[in-house]
Parts: sequence; structure tokens; C-alpha cells
Amino acid sequence: MAPKPQKRKKTKRAKTKMTLPVSEEAEPLNMESMGHPEIYPLVLTTKTQEIFNCRVEEDVTEEQPYKLIRKEDIFADFATRAAVSDFYPVKSIVQEYPGDELLLVYDRDFKYGLNFYLIGTEEGKENYLNPPELPEEQEEYKDHIPEETYIYKPPISKPWISLGSEKEIEEESVKDSTKQITYMISRKRSEFGAPIKFSDQNASSVKDAYIECTAYPDKNFTLKQLERDVGMQVVPQIKETSTQTRWTRPKNATTQYYPREFLEEEKEALGQSKTLTEFLNSVSTSVEIALQQNEIMNTFIHDWKCLAEEEGTFGDKTDTHLKEYQSFTDLHSLTEKMVTCVSWHPVIYGLIAVSVAVRLSFEERVHFSGKLLLQPSLILFWSFSDPIHPQLMLESPDDIFCFQFCPTDPNIIAGGCINGQVVMWDITAHADRIENIKAGGSRSKKVTLKPMFLLEPENNKEAMYIRHCAVSSIESGHRKVITDIHWLPDTFEINRLGNVFENRSGISCQLVTCSADCTICFWDIRPLKASTPQPQAEKKKEESIEIPFDIPSTFLHLDLSWKPLSKIRLSKGETTLDHCPTKLSLSEDNLLFKAQEKILAQSKAVKAGEMNPYQNLENALSNILKPIDDFCTKFFVGTEEGEVIYTDWKMERDPETGRFMAKKPVSLYTVHDGAVHTVQRSPFYKDIILTVGGWNVAIWKEGIMTGPLLQSCCAPKRYTSGHWSLTRPGVFYIGREDGYIDIWDLLEKTHEPAQSQNICITMITYIKPWTFSAKQQFIAIADYYGTLHILEIPWTLSHPSTNEVSSISHYFEREVKHLDYVEQRRKIREQEKREMELELEKKKVKTFQKSKEQLEAELKMDYESYLELEKNILSNLGLNKEKEAMSYMELI
Amino acid sequence: MINPVEWPLVGSLKAVATLFTRMCAGRETGFNLGAPSCIPIKSTMDNPTTTQYANLMHNFILKARSTVREIDPQNDLTFLRIRSKKNEIMVAPDKDYFLIVIQNPTE
Repeated sequence: MAPKPQKRKKTKRAKTKMTLPVSEEAEPLNMESMGHPEIYPLVLTTKTQEIFNCRVEEDVTEEQPYKLIRKEDIFADFATRAAVSDFYPVKSIVQEYPGDELLLVYDRDFKYGLNFYLIGTEEGKENYLNPPELPEEQEEYKDHIPEETYIYKPPISKPWISLGSEKEIEEESVKDSTKQITYMISRKRSEFGAPIKFSDQNASSVKDAYIECTAYPDKNFTLKQLERDVGMQVVPQIKETSTQTRWTRPKNATTQYYPREFLEEEKEALGQSKTLTEFLNSVSTSVEIALQQNEIMNTFIHDWKCLAEEEGTFGDKTDTHLKEYQSFTDLHSLTEKMVTCVSWHPVIYGLIAVSVAVRLSFEERVHFSGKLLLQPSLILFWSFSDPIHPQLMLESPDDIFCFQFCPTDPNIIAGGCINGQVVMWDITAHADRIENIKAGGSRSKKVTLKPMFLLEPENNKEAMYIRHCAVSSIESGHRKVITDIHWLPDTFEINRLGNVFENRSGISCQLVTCSADCTICFWDIRPLKASTPQPQAEKKKEESIEIPFDIPSTFLHLDLSWKPLSKIRLSKGETTLDHCPTKLSLSEDNLLFKAQEKILAQSKAVKAGEMNPYQNLENALSNILKPIDDFCTKFFVGTEEGEVIYTDWKMERDPETGRFMAKKPVSLYTVHDGAVHTVQRSPFYKDIILTVGGWNVAIWKEGIMTGPLLQSCCAPKRYTSGHWSLTRPGVFYIGREDGYIDIWDLLEKTHEPAQSQNICITMITYIKPWTFSAKQQFIAIADYYGTLHILEIPWTLSHPSTNEVSSISHYFEREVKHLDYVEQRRKIREQEKREMELELEKKKVKTFQKSKEQLEAELKMDYESYLELEKNILSNLGLNKEKEAMSYMELI
Repeated sequence: MINPVEWPLVGSLKAVATLFTRMCAGRETGFNLGAPSCIPIKSTMDNPTTTQYANLMHNFILKARSTVREIDPQNDLTFLRIRSKKNEIMVAPDKDYFLIVIQNPTE
């Protein structure tokens, strides 16, 4: 809003009354926007100015800018000049103007945009001419509607009526209550800005320099405390002292104590005392009840846990077949070979040793002997990682029919040859080679550090031919093929007489072999004490034999001069035909599943100590040994005729000749129809033996002399090999001559095998299962054509069910009882038979003794009784002779 | 519940021994008889084991008895049975003596 101007008014009248046609234009512009709706700016030409006598600077000046124009004049102008008239825009205003004179103001400064303006209302005229005294009245200008006429009345001052506002004003106003004190402080001008010096002054030194208000106890404000909260704690009296001991030197001090004990007399005295007896009386009932409770039932048994059979089956439960894993065949051999013996390496995973022999009968061997000499007889070491090339090949002078790893050192192998020699190998030097086979070919490639294309396949995979270390003496050993070889466990030793001694050396150092020449020999691998000094010439001869450099000298002392420790001949008595042993089973066959941990521990110990006890075999002999009493020196032997002999290896003195002779066998049974090829103790029970031969299987218990616990009936095919299962006590595997393997499960069926599976097309010659872990168990099956099949045993066959061991032992106990029962029944039957025979005889005797008269009397009585009988029958039928006629009459 | 068998009044230690050998005919391992000073009087087991059992059990019995009594002073310990995985130890205490029996409870 523009500030309100101080208005000076001028009135001018316009007198023209002519009504001009009002154009349809809107209201003429007024300064309403500026707050003055009555002001109408106009442009007056000089002509108009002359007419109305409002020429600029003449009639209308700065001092007197207004002129009153009569309305009639304006109307006359309208009439004369019509639309050209300058007053045309405000025509309507002029017409409506109530008064006679209109005020026209000269707008020198062009305040409202044009050089003149017209006041459209009376009021405005009045206001212009007579500006109001009080500014408040200017407010009213805004409300003016141009139609209204406003008569200006100057305000009249009235006396002020107090409405009470002055009191408020007085209250609110700030007035000085007191007169303000004014000070005038002057100072010398020179002192302004001068440095100031401050000094200290003690307040009390100057009088009245300070005013203080001293405290004084006011009676009104003293309080007497009547209650007080106090915390109390009881603390034991502690006194701390310290002392320093003098420590001269360290000294060992020990204490030993023993528990207090009563002396014998005291014990007796107490025992007799009455209080004790009373106590026992009072207590015995409750103790008895408790004991009986436990006997009756185990209250803490976990029924749920005991209900479950397995903790978790690994693999399919229904899968009961052996799965083919791998098979090994020697492809480099020229002649056809068969596998004679199989043995897993006791320590290294996946390594299996196989002995092969040519498939020729005796005559053919003689015929082809020249050709056979050129081919080496081998024991092959196969590894899972390489099915084509054997890892190691052990050479032997002739075909090996049986061999075994030494239980205390898996690098020593003993084998029995077809010619009756015992052969020893020491592969300690090559142990690294076979140990690192685990990862397959990759590891060996790393070792050689050659790129792939440079490697010749043969270099890497060339199997090592390892010559044997020692062979036994040809004259003093066996004469015929060695059929079985065993290492004696390292817990005992045998001397020449068969007496058992403690084994101090901690290693297995003795072997036992049996051969087709009806002897069983015990061998010792340690060097014999030189009992007779050997003649110098012979020594020289031996020295001249050059030993190839790569053969370890472990058994050099044995080579070609090895004699058995003792020989036992299994003779049948007077006849020259002796028993021909095929397999042995000693009382401690520890080589099955416990061997692994033992061997690992021992091989570690050996490596740590770096002293292989086998290298120092001479030391082992010098120990003076303690004999073991109560050692069972009996063992089982299976023979070629199918007999199972239980005999003793201890020699006894023959009273006639004074020489030491083998004892007679304790028991002998012929149960098998063919040669017995498996005599094996169960890994779970020390006294259960499995014998397989001919067409049937028998299970024996050591100590039961009456017969086998179980004897199977004849199978359709011949059984050629057998082995107990290593983890399940009631399972054993039997191989047949048609390539089938029968799996027997004593818990399932005892009259026939539980399962039968085909492995190969030819006769199975050897079965050997082996456990690697709880989940992986393999079985190696060797056949007549020289192939070794490795199969995986499924979970069901390898994992024993809970309580299987106890069930099987119960079964065996039942069988033992059954045998007893059978024996007793037999006795009873014999008794009965005898009694029956006696009675029959008695009867015969009795009838003969009757005399003639008695016979006649008897006959007569018989006849009379017969007559009576006839009478009775006839009367019953109604056919008596007296009544015959009448009956006939009646009929008519 | 089993009817407790009426045992004849035991007159001497020997009779006690026969009584307990009858009990031991089952699967029991052994028993021993201790004095209040926890020194064993008679036992079927070897000496070191006996002393060990007696000493260990003594403290246990005292603790058990004090526990029972603390909860209810009118109460007293009559029998103590410790069942472990391998066997069960049964103790019959008295003010002067105590009797320890070890049994194998599993079938």
C-alpha cells in the first residue's frame, strides 16, 4: 500500500450535465488499488485546460493545484465535444456526483499516473480541501464507496474519559524510585594506560577491610540425635606374621604310608564280639534282598537301546552279496599258473601277496622240468592302486605252496616250497617302496620329478625281483612239498624237546612246518650256537660263495645250512603208512585281527630304536629262558586222508629205546572224505576249530573228544577252501570246486549254507578275508587259473549283530550238551539193547522147559474153553440144534 | 516283592562267611566287613582292594548319613546302593560296623 499522502483538497465543479451515451466500458479506473477509490486520474489536453481555466502553470499551480469545476460546465463540454471530451472516461461519475462542483487536482508529480485527477466524491472533496486533524480519521477514507457522499466534519476535541488505562500504564512504566547517583571519577590523563602494580594485603591488618559473619551455635537449630544406624561385622582375629626359611640345598624327601590294619588277634576278637553278630543279623536280610533283586532283573536296563539291533547300517541292509572290487592276474607269466596261497600285508592298506605255482601234475613237472627251471617262481605283491603290475616279486628256488608274513616284522616272509625247502625273504630294503604305494602312481612320479612324457612306463613300474634271503638245508629239511607253515607267536619258545619256554626276545623267531612226508618240523631262525667247531675247509668253501650285493644278510647264517629244531613224525603205529599232514592249527593263532595293532606298535618301536631285532638274532639266543608251565602243547592237524588229529608236540621218552619220541595222538577222527585243507581256529573263541575237507565241513571244540560239534552233510560239490569270518563269530566262507563261494551263517541255518555266490569259473583255491576298517572289509579269493579276486564284504556280513558272540557261544555250548546227550543216549540204547536181548533169551528158555503132561492138560483146557465159546456164539445167534425145527416152522 | 528268607541267628564269623559264600554263588564279586574306624575285618577280596574299598566307602557312608539326617533328623540311613556300569556296590551301615558287597548285576 502506498503511504498515505497528505492531501490538500481542491474542489472543482463541473457543470456539464449532458449525458453522453455510456459506453459499455467498465467503471473508469480509479485509484482504488492505491487506497483512494475516489480519485480518478485524467488527462486534460490544453484545449480542455483552456476551456476550464485550469491551464497548467497559470491557473493551476503548485501552491494551488486544485480547481473547482462546475458540473454544468462538464456537461456542456460533453455536449459540445462528446467523446472527444477529456472528461468522457469519468462521465458516469460526473453524472452521479451529488454536488455542484467537482474537484480537479493538478497532479504535477504524476503521482497517480496522469497529469490531473478528479475527486469523485463529496467526501473526498471535503477531505482534500480540509485535511483531517487526527490521523485516525484517515482510516475512514478506505471505507468510502464512491457513490456515498461524505461530509467532512473536523473532529471536536472532547475531554478524556479515563477507563482505567492510566493505572495500567503507571504500573507498567518504569520509573526511577530513587534518584540515581551519579559519580564522576576523574583521573589524571597521564595515568591512563600506565602499567598496573598489584600488591597483597592482609585483610585483617587493615581495620574494617572486611566484614565477617561469624558462626555461632544457635539453640534453635541444634538437634539431638537419638538413633543411629551402625553396621557391625564380626571378624576373627587375624594376625599376620611371616617368616623366611633358609634354603640351603635341595633335598629329596619321601613319605610312605600304609593303611591301618587290624592284627589277626584283633580281628578274631572282633569277629567273636556280640555286637558284630548282632549287626550282621540285622543287616543280612536287607543285603540279601538287594542281591536277589539284582539277580532277578536288571532294573537299570535301557530297553530302548537294547531293542535296536544296529547303531546305524552302513549301506543297504538287503545287500548281502559280495561285491567285486578288483581282480589281479599276472599277465607276464608264460605258463598257466594257479594261486596256492594268499596273504594280506598285515600293516599296509591295499597290499596283498600271492604265491603262484604252475598248474602241472607231478608227471608233467618232471616232463617239463627243463622249461620250468628257466622261469622264476614268484610271490607277487599286488596293490589296489595298480591292477596290472605287481609291486614286488619275490623269487624262490621253486614253487611256493604256502607262505606267511612274520607277525612281529612284516618285512620278513617265510615260505614253504614244493621241494621241501623253507625259504626266507627280507624286504626291509624295499619297505619304503611298498609303503608309498597308497596314493597310486602320483607319489612315485613326484619322487622322480620328471615330466610325464619323459617317463618311460617301465622305469616307474618295474617290479623288483627280490631274491630270497635264505633257504633251508635240503638234506635235513622236508622231503616233500611243505603244505603248511606257521610262525610261532612271540610269547613263547620251544626247545628241541618240545618244552615251552618264555620268549624274551620279543620277536617271533620260530616256525613250524608240516609236509607231505608225514613230518612236522620246528625251525628256529636264530643262529645255532657253535657246538662243534667247523673244519676250516668247509668255512672257506662257504665264504667263496658270492652273495649278490642286494641281499640283506639277515639270514645269512641260515642259508643252505638251516636245520629244523625238531622233527615230529606222525606215525600210525606199526604200519609204515603215516599220517600225511596238510594243515596245522596251533593253540595261539594270533595272526588274525589283533595282529595289526601289535605290528604297528612294534614297527614303530623298531623304527624309533633303529635296531631291528632281526638283525641281531645272535643276541636273542644268549638269554636264559624260563620255562612256562601249564602250557597247552597240543594242536590240531588235518591230514590228507581226511582225518583230524589232536596231538602233542612234546616229546616223551620212549621207555624201550630211551630216545625221545613223539607222543601218540590224543584223538583222531575221520570225518572228511577228502584231504583236509583248512584247519582253523575261530578268531572269537580259542577252542573252536573249523575243518574243511572233501565234501563237508566240521566244527570242533578243543577238549571235547566225542566228536565234532557240527558236521555238515555232503555238499553237491567238493569244498576246496575255507575261512572264518573275521568279525562275525558265526559266519564262515567255503570255496567250492565250481567257483562258488558258500557263506555259512550258524545263526541262520546250520544244515546248509546261508548264501551261495559265484565268483569265477574254476576251482577256488584260497580264501582270505581282511578287515581294514569298521566299514570296509575285503575278502581275497584265489582261483585255479591264477586270478586273485578281491571282493568287498557287505555290511550285513561284516557287522555282527548285538549279542552275536554270546549267541554263538550258547550255540556251541548247546552242541556240546547235545553231544553229551547223544553219548548218553547211546549208552542207554546199548543198555536197552542188551536188556532186550537178555529178555528174548530168557523167553526162549522158559518155553522149552514145559513138560508133556502139562502140555496135555493145557490142550484139554483149551479145547473145553473152545467148546464153551462155540456154545455161546451159537446161542447168541439163535442157532441151537433144539430149536432148529421150530424156527424152520415159524418161517413157513 | 521277594519274601525275605528267615536266616538263622548267626553265631560266629564263620557262619557269616558261609552265608555270604552262598550269596556269592551268583555273580557277586566280593564283600568286606569293616569296623567303625574303617579298617576291614574280613573280606573275600585281596587286601589292597579291600582297604581301598573300606576307606573310600567310609567317607561316603558318613556323608550319606549326614545328608539324610540333615534333611530329617528323625531319619537314618539304612542301605546304600551305588550302581555303576560294571557292577553294583551295596553298603549296609550300622553304628559300629558296615558291610560292603560288590555284585555284577548285568545278565
